[in-house]
Amino acid sequence: MTKLVLNLISGRTIQQGVAMEHGKEKEEYRKACGIIELDPSDLKKLGAWRNTNVRVTSPYGNVVVKAVEATQGPHPGLGYIPMGPWANSVINPNTYSTGMPTFKGVPVEVEIALNEPVLSSIELVQKKCRGEA
Amino acid sequence: MTKTITDVICPFCGTLCDDLEVEVSDDGKKIEDVYNACVIGAAKFLHSQASDRVTRPRMQQPDGSYKEVSYDEAVEYTAKMLANSKKPLMYGWSSTSCEAQSVGHEIAEQVGAIVDNTATVCHGSTLIAVQDVGIPSCTLGEVKNRADRVIFWGCNPCHAHPRHMSRYSIFPRGFFANKGHKNRKMFVIDPRVTDTAKMADYHFQIEQGRDYELLSAFRVAIRNEWLPDTVAGIPKEKIYEAAEILKSGRFGIIFFGMGVTQSLSKNHNIDNAIMLTKDLNEFTKFSIMAMRGHYNVTGSGQVLGWQFGFPYCVDLSRGFARYNPGETSSNDLLRRGEVDSVFVLGSDPGAHFPISSVKKFSELPSVAVDPHITPTTEVAKLHVPVAFVGVEVGGNCYRMDNVPIEARKVVDPPEGMLTDEEFLSRVNKRVKELMEAKK
Repeated sequence: MTKLVLNLISGRTIQQGVAMEHGKEKEEYRKACGIIELDPSDLKKLGAWRNTNVRVTSPYGNVVVKAVEATQGPHPGLGYIPMGPWANSVINPNTYSTGMPTFKGVPVEVEIALNEPVLSSIELVQKKCRGEA
Repeated sequence: MTKTITDVICPFCGTLCDDLEVEVSDDGKKIEDVYNACVIGAAKFLHSQASDRVTRPRMQQPDGSYKEVSYDEAVEYTAKMLANSKKPLMYGWSSTSCEAQSVGHEIAEQVGAIVDNTATVCHGSTLIAVQDVGIPSCTLGEVKNRADRVIFWGCNPCHAHPRHMSRYSIFPRGFFANKGHKNRKMFVIDPRVTDTAKMADYHFQIEQGRDYELLSAFRVAIRNEWLPDTVAGIPKEKIYEAAEILKSGRFGIIFFGMGVTQSLSKNHNIDNAIMLTKDLNEFTKFSIMAMRGHYNVTGSGQVLGWQFGFPYCVDLSRGFARYNPGETSSNDLLRRGEVDSVFVLGSDPGAHFPISSVKKFSELPSVAVDPHITPTTEVAKLHVPVAFVGVEVGGNCYRMDNVPIEARKVVDPPEGMLTDEEFLSRVNKRVKELMEAKK
């Protein structure tokens, strides 16, 4: 299966901010943050339709999110997961003695994962903590 | 009839808008509507009214479920956990008032805790850079009245600080910038074509993580020295052109955000941005400001600063204040397993820390004080819901330009709920007794 190699960044989106204030346990938060924004050309390379579930894997972990078309593009070669537990499952936790984990600029591989669900924020964090996901 | 409360402070982002109007029901108990706020600020006010809100503390049971406990039991658990720990971490502090922070620091001093705030995953690198090279800054009022060159470097205020541009930086008519945005040249440096970038006069779509190179190139271009054909994906002609425009302004400002603080060069990016500001001051007046996230993360830095001398990562475990980001910072401590309990207030590390840190957190005795249900509260051993600061209780907050603004109370909290400050004061009293007994 095609594996797409990307540079991953995370950050705030206004949808993330609103959903967070409505409640991180809610479906709205999963829909706002359990996504990866990909450039249309990268979606094509991956051979995926918009809104397909994908698995994102980095040297630090992996997570299933929904691949959507970039809302603030074009940015070929760059993937964007809004800040939240989904992004934090794959970002580089090393602080290199600054105290700041490396939230931006993480090499990742993206592959289609049609039948795997995007977990809710609470379920994802609890499962990761128990080593089940 | 409803009542309208005017001049309400928005407790969401560091812009700390102070012109909100909140319509409350006749008995003053329910928020009916919120005016002037951005969509996130309005959501914050309206969510406080949610019917499914947790109003009593909950303790995690061995099977992972949660059982309701009283505030007395919650105070007892928290005080004992902190008093019996060798090196507790007290993290968060950015979504609460300065008064509550101060009580929290008193507890930390007694139990020898490490106090760290959300700057550790936000503008911590900025604070390091400011200590290294200083900072020529200003207030947002000066930006509104004077700025004719505005740079947004690695930040996206359209999404993260939605009213920043309309209240201060781009659109308002100021005393000297009396034509509003027509007076101002807007630059955006971002690897994506963000909604902010779409509004800019000049957008530099930089290669991600190459901010240090581009900042250096700007410093070179300002002096009209030699540059290679492209730097960080930007043709040199564009850099020279931008440098001339920046130099020709009367008052310039660089706003910067997570794009520079969280990329690999971290504090060195900010060092260089501050030095660029310094260099530009040889030609015109230039300032630089961090786009702070939480509404009172700046206040946490201020209170820690005047009490202990350091803005975050303060280690009190040896009986005096030590500071060494990389060693006394939350993520390093958690990942290395150097703390034996965690107290979180006014932040959500469960959602915003790398998962490896969250895993360590979930294995330790822990208390999360938060009005919302969050990934943190759902892995903590005890969740203490409290009143919303800025909605149900007032308190002092600091805007991103270090201007203190008093937040206002709009409605009462649900009956019997404590505020951050009340809960902390009760824990403080109990900790004092326990520490006395230890001696």
